[in-house]
Amino acid sequence: MAERKLFKSSKFQEVNAAIKKDGAAIFVDKEGHENLIIDNPYAIRYIHSYAEDSPFFLGLAQGKLLGTKCGPCNYVFATPRGNCQFCGEPTTWVDLPLRGRVHTWTTCHFGGEAFLKETPYNLAMIEFDGANSVLLARLKDCKEEEIYVGMPVEARFNPKPQYSITDVWFVPADTDSPKARRK
Amino acid sequence: MILGHPNAKPFMKTVNRVTLSRPTMTAEKKRDVFSGMPTPSSPKRSGRRVYMVAGGVTKFAKAHPGMDFRLMAKRSFDQARAAVPNLTLNMIDGTRISYFSDHFTRQLKASSMVQDYLGLNPRGSVRIEWGGATGGENIQAAYEAVASGRMDVCVATGFETMSRVPTWKGNEFIALASDTNFDFPLGGFYTGYYALMVQRHIYEYVRRKKFAHITDEREAQRKAIEYGTKVMAMVSVKNHKNALTNPYAQYPKDLNVNDVLSSEMVSYPLTREQICTMSDGAATVILTSEERAKELADDAVLIKGVGCGTDTMRLADRPFGKVILMPHEKASDYADLDYPGVHSFRAGRAAGMEAYGHAGITNPNKELDFIELHDAYSSSEIQTYEDLGLCKYGEGYDFVESGAPFLKGVDYGFPTPKAGAIPVNPSGGLIACGHPVGATGIMQGVFALWQLQGRIGEKFGSPRLQIPHARRGAIHSHAGTGSAVTVTIMESTKQR
Repeated sequence: MAERKLFKSSKFQEVNAAIKKDGAAIFVDKEGHENLIIDNPYAIRYIHSYAEDSPFFLGLAQGKLLGTKCGPCNYVFATPRGNCQFCGEPTTWVDLPLRGRVHTWTTCHFGGEAFLKETPYNLAMIEFDGANSVLLARLKDCKEEEIYVGMPVEARFNPKPQYSITDVWFVPADTDSPKARRK
Repeated sequence: MILGHPNAKPFMKTVNRVTLSRPTMTAEKKRDVFSGMPTPSSPKRSGRRVYMVAGGVTKFAKAHPGMDFRLMAKRSFDQARAAVPNLTLNMIDGTRISYFSDHFTRQLKASSMVQDYLGLNPRGSVRIEWGGATGGENIQAAYEAVASGRMDVCVATGFETMSRVPTWKGNEFIALASDTNFDFPLGGFYTGYYALMVQRHIYEYVRRKKFAHITDEREAQRKAIEYGTKVMAMVSVKNHKNALTNPYAQYPKDLNVNDVLSSEMVSYPLTREQICTMSDGAATVILTSEERAKELADDAVLIKGVGCGTDTMRLADRPFGKVILMPHEKASDYADLDYPGVHSFRAGRAAGMEAYGHAGITNPNKELDFIELHDAYSSSEIQTYEDLGLCKYGEGYDFVESGAPFLKGVDYGFPTPKAGAIPVNPSGGLIACGHPVGATGIMQGVFALWQLQGRIGEKFGSPRLQIPHARRGAIHSHAGTGSAVTVTIMESTKQR
């Protein structure tokens, strides 16, 4: 049987490149040991249930932003939760306003691998009148240098819902922002 | 020198806003319930006294392709054993073994394989996992095994092999430790979450305090971010420079503030040099009862206090209530502050207070000689100074500029007038040492042990990082967005 010739190197990056091409390669470490390294892909389909959070995601598909309220604590969660974090009692669904303000923000120039193609993207936590906690969302139609804490924003919804938190995003609500006016 | 974002341009227009940005919160609602924990005033029943007798750590590296997790753990275990030659395997009662993510190992029950590889079957063991605080939790789990009397000798080992996937896939795995309904699909990126937190921290404490006089809101916020990031860069310089004589560190670097600020922007305002990296590595500490400690070592270190706190996984759920006050603070200091919000780590405050209460510490600045602090980001180190009561909330930036957390006798390239007051991350911390998650908190324990034994010179091959007469130190381990934090106080028992 003919021996398969494997790429061999003491540089891990070269070995890493070789396994992508050949499926296997040998890394020689500082002690001179030869370590066989193989390519080992991993893909999987998950069945993800939104369970008690489902009404929120179904709401996004209808252009609605839903929070939850704890009656006894008189506390409105802008990121909904089925039970109150203070008393543990079940909450009820409430409509949130579609306008809010930036509580804090960042522009991501990198991200998890699946999101790299979307960079740069803005993240913002949004505060709403009548709500006691905030909501994390993407902030679009504005550049990094235009965003500030307190900036008025309004919600936009994906007309073709993907049933993800990304079905809602926010844009500047300033009436003098040309992009916001176009919407 | 251009500070702040390298691409920063003047703002488009002037915005005059003086009203505070904050979620709706009336005074009536701002009840103690939102601060969420009782004051830890009652004395703890702490069980038996527990000692750390030995520690070992592999060099942390971007990749150790020549070692799998079993061998890394074994190497750190062997180094720890070498420090206590009288410890035989049959004296070990059991282990606590930690790693963060099965995604990185792609080997479930990797802890069982480590237990096997260390030659410790059929003794009792359990895997510990608690996000970024995994290592700190592991040490406390081993502490509990000994304090309770269940074990006389417990080995705490932790490891992570993060090099098995590309960096950005690794970031995705880490971000799976955020809510997968509401947070992960927005970017799958922890640096983004920490950037959100420090932006609000800068707003609360720099814009609203130092730059309160500026009426143009955007100008004030821009100046606040410039100032805040400059101070954050000083922390990065400190940790990278400290690590220059730590042979276990992954990225010791001789940097200046401008190098840090002009490194690649990752998530505004956090640049690459302000963020810890992914690493391969393992670490081990050995905890024992008093009787065993006397048999094994003449310089065992007492575990003087343990504390742990938690908070919501989702940043968006963090309440806006009252500060949990430490002795150096008054309620009137924070009349205008909603706490913890997304700017501070309530879990860190809770963990610190429990550990201080347990150790009998009322003034950490006076009663601690150093802290190994979980600086996954330069920003979170500053936020944590405040949580741990080294200064009041809002004074973290001034605390850096005072020089208090810097080492004495090291030239950082800027004035550090109070250097040596309470050195933080003398080892270089996560920013310079790396962050193989399951090992990180234990690595801090190893470095703290060596500090308190006066062995830094022996172990690092240079006495530069040895804090003179270090008698008591703290290690601080922190899980994603502050969802869990541990603080462990360690005290030397030998007069030096």
